[in-house]
Amino acid sequence: MNIKDKKACEYQALVKANEPKTNSFKNCILAFLVGGAICDVGQAFLNLYSSFFPNDEAQVLTSITMIFLGAFLTGLGVYDKIGAFAGAGSIVPITGFANSIVSPAIEYKKEGFVFGVGSKMFLIAGPVLVYGISTSILVGLLYYLVKVFPGI
Amino acid sequence: MKLGRSTYRFESNVTISDCFTVVGKKEGQGPLSIYFDMVIEDEYAGQKSWELAEGKLLNIAITKLVQRAGEKPDNIDLILSGDLLNQLSSSHFAARDLDIPFIGIYGACSTFALSVGLASIFVDGSFAKNVIAATSSHFCSAEKQFRYPLELGTQRPPTSQWTVTGAAAFLIKPEDSLQSPKITHFTVGRILDFGIKDPNNMGAAMAPAAFDTIMRHFSDTKRSFEYYDMIITGDLGYVGRKLLDELFKKEGIRFSSELFDCGILMFDPETQNTGAGASGCAASACVFGGYLYKLLRERTFEKILIVPTGALMSQSTALLGESIPVIAHALAIEMV
Repeated sequence: MNIKDKKACEYQALVKANEPKTNSFKNCILAFLVGGAICDVGQAFLNLYSSFFPNDEAQVLTSITMIFLGAFLTGLGVYDKIGAFAGAGSIVPITGFANSIVSPAIEYKKEGFVFGVGSKMFLIAGPVLVYGISTSILVGLLYYLVKVFPGI
Repeated sequence: MKLGRSTYRFESNVTISDCFTVVGKKEGQGPLSIYFDMVIEDEYAGQKSWELAEGKLLNIAITKLVQRAGEKPDNIDLILSGDLLNQLSSSHFAARDLDIPFIGIYGACSTFALSVGLASIFVDGSFAKNVIAATSSHFCSAEKQFRYPLELGTQRPPTSQWTVTGAAAFLIKPEDSLQSPKITHFTVGRILDFGIKDPNNMGAAMAPAAFDTIMRHFSDTKRSFEYYDMIITGDLGYVGRKLLDELFKKEGIRFSSELFDCGILMFDPETQNTGAGASGCAASACVFGGYLYKLLRERTFEKILIVPTGALMSQSTALLGESIPVIAHALAIEMV
């Protein structure tokens, strides 16, 4: 190891020792409370819809409602404040997914509807879709093979 | 005249004869609010995009400066300006209606010292009489380029810094007045890289550059730390400032003069939720132009060394997994 690398290593250790720590415990509690509250809202809608529609339709309607709420609150400029407070608590529910699509759409609208909104809307959600869909294909293939050849 | 490895001493009276600072709403609510020349509450500054808004702030800073100095735009020989955006968009937008010769420079958050230092070389060498050094940054345009869309609900890590929305312009000219602060030395930094890769921890990446340039300045000028009333770094923030202290401690250097940081002075972290402090080209430029410049004129301080630092990463270099090259330039500004 030459002197330059050694100095860099020493400095990196110094940085690590002086880094302000993220308060994981507090963040977990906040994420749990806010994430739970979002799920409660979803459950309330599901209960409401269940008394008017068959179960599968009520579930779809609940998802649609929650996606709308996520998008709407993003448009009002509220969701990013919830996110700064709740972290994963507002990212993991489906409202977070809506936020990740609507926020770039708003940001890039000024760059036009085709190359702005159209191509940059999936800037954040894109990887989730790519790997989500790829994984579902793999799992589906496995499921199919197990069904066709129950012996393996 | 060149001193040592990289310090330039200006023999003639190169002064900052006037300056103008414009800041956004959040900066206008911070501890230094009363010192800025103008606060623009609208984050779009009446424009239709963040890039144009930043350009507008810079344009206002330059035109108001020219007006207040009582100069005609035709008498301004040169503008040296830079910002954080790709291809220096906001500097170019700001200058496109001005009809003044223009040089664009990039030094990330160290641009303030780079533009003023280069302007001083033009003036000291008698190539130009009235040179404007300017720089700007905007929270929203920087977030868009370097991080995520504004409305995305994410948490900022505690090391992350808040980009200052603002612009500052300085009129550099030869002047014999005792009222105006003089630029006496300009120490050009070198690019360093200590292997810090986290773009959310720029303070840590930049601290060694500040250390290196401060040490270089003292060895080139043969001055001692006691010479200055105040040594002030650009935008190291709380994290980088602490690391700079550690670096000095390791070398066994103690300070008798005060060591400050513009990134710490800009905001109140308790009430403004700005994490590890302020960053951006406008952090050092607006803190100096708004606050320190006035203190110098009132002779509260007479000799200061300002050392703005720059983290020279881009979004692609971060994704490529490269560490962050950093730089710092120093300006000695004195009432002599």
